Amino acid sequence: MEEYGGGDLLSEAMGSGARVVVVEDRVEARGAFALHLLLKRALAGGGAAALLALAQPFSHYDRVLRGAKGGAISDSFVRLYGDIQRAIDASRTGDNTGRFTLMIDDVSLLEVAAGGSVDDVLDFLHYCVTLTSEMNCSLVFLIHEDIYSSEEGVGVLLHLRYIADLVIRAAPLSTGLAADVHGQLSVVNKCTFREQRLKAQRIWNFHFRVKENGADFFYPGSRY
Amino acid sequence: MAAAAGGQTVGRSSFSRAAAPHVASSSTAAGVKLGPNGAAFVSSGIPDLDRILGGGFLIGSVVMIMEDSDAPHHLLLLRSFMAQGVVHKQPLLFAGPMKEPRLFLGTLPAVASSKEDGRQRGMGAGTNSDGRTSDEALRIAWQYKKYFGEEKTSHAEHRDNKQEFSNDFDLRKPLERHLLNAQNIESLKKETLLVSSRTVVPHSCPNFREKMVEMRMLDGLLYNHYVHHNADTLRRKDWDMVSFIRSLKAMVRASNAVAVITFPNTVLSSSFCKRWQHLADTLLSIKAIPDEDKELAKLLTGYQDMVGFLHVHKVAQTNSQVPVILEASTFSLKLRKRRSLVLERLNQAPVDGSGGPSHASGSCSSSSQGSQLDF
Repeated sequence: MEEYGGGDLLSEAMGSGARVVVVEDRVEARGAFALHLLLKRALAGGGAAALLALAQPFSHYDRVLRGAKGGAISDSFVRLYGDIQRAIDASRTGDNTGRFTLMIDDVSLLEVAAGGSVDDVLDFLHYCVTLTSEMNCSLVFLIHEDIYSSEEGVGVLLHLRYIADLVIRAAPLSTGLAADVHGQLSVVNKCTFREQRLKAQRIWNFHFRVKENGADFFYPGSRY
Repeated sequence: MAAAAGGQTVGRSSFSRAAAPHVASSSTAAGVKLGPNGAAFVSSGIPDLDRILGGGFLIGSVVMIMEDSDAPHHLLLLRSFMAQGVVHKQPLLFAGPMKEPRLFLGTLPAVASSKEDGRQRGMGAGTNSDGRTSDEALRIAWQYKKYFGEEKTSHAEHRDNKQEFSNDFDLRKPLERHLLNAQNIESLKKETLLVSSRTVVPHSCPNFREKMVEMRMLDGLLYNHYVHHNADTLRRKDWDMVSFIRSLKAMVRASNAVAVITFPNTVLSSSFCKRWQHLADTLLSIKAIPDEDKELAKLLTGYQDMVGFLHVHKVAQTNSQVPVILEASTFSLKLRKRRSLVLERLNQAPVDGSGGPSHASGSCSSSSQGSQLDF
């Protein structure tokens, strides 16, 4: 992710160079604000972005993902992937330097669209990951971690955590709801592992508060 | 309008949108109230709930109510919602697990006549005229907060809004037949719903294209269907249902409707339960109160009148990413004079001062004595 403006804790935690970012959230602490923030940063850095918005339904994607009547879900995903590639190519023609960001909101709904077929979803996600090396692309996935807390369906979540360079996890406070603090964020930055920087911090924990057009990040107790 | 104050701090300003003035009577359709951020609300049929949710049910949203399998209190909410829609002459679609869903319409409550209605809004603690004062007076000292909060709104506006936007319902009387017959109401059996779960709604209900549609669904007892199937088809049904809810959400968003869905969270597996919760825009849950619970009776006042608890998990928000944090998220459901449904903040009973340090009483903000309630 290109660094933008951010002197804030989240930018510090994210660093730069992460190609695959996974945002996890729960019912009590929703992470869509993180997607909005990352989208703004992606666009501000001079790049282009594509948002696959399934949670806030666009009728287009509804049609695409339902497939032609009787078509297999894997075909719909293939078509979807084709659309994404075309979008990337289209943005390439004008501006070559900017990085392209693909955001998916959210992966749990991709599973629903696939009728529970985890294999199809994982195939699709892995194809998206190839875009990061081929076409100078970054990925941001939003997934609801509380759906996968039982033994049955942990698959997709674990896969995503494995392939991610950066995991941003939003969770509620253990003390419950508060107007000043909407939750806590933990950021695991795996890039620093690879770079072998011994002193670099890899795991960050702080609190956040969502505002109209951004969010505040602060260490517990350090808010004015 | 508060201008973006962050001229210096580019992109980091935090402005808040100015609240649009509440327009009571110039709404485009009956029963629709406009709010800030371009939101439009429909009444839930329970004035207290409208107030708690900041206006009512947002149009274009999906409201989910998690039932308690011990008691059918969610039906109270559903009936109020449907009755409100009938009173406002809004098209209704209702689906339920019973054999003749239309019969459910017979259980809808009638509008309470204002003479009998003892719940007068905006009244101070001492001026209530129907005799409630006498038992309330003794508790004034520490329930004051409950009454003062409501007086802030101007009385005149409040009364006008009340007439047009939301009505009190008298649960003892059934809704007038003529209202039901004149109404654009459709009811579906659950089989129709499940068989063609993806296409049923747009195709079988042509009136969905209309401007103002209210839709209510009662999916709660679909587990009847599950019992007869083996594990594979069960799994299939789970995914079908979630997929259906997702399509429903898209449709509701596009067509000015409000969908209220009730479901028992004990029947779904926990991961599907979470999926449904994530799909909801507004999420409520009902918990029944056991009839004779001495612990609770000591902890809360007015325990005898309570029929259940309503907990608000999520409130729909439009055009904003800021979550809505309520001052209190658990309320008690009470039936006033067995007639009208009231939601109240929970109040902790005064602690016996003779034994040890006395606690400050008032509305409770943390659960005490390790009770299972989460105030």
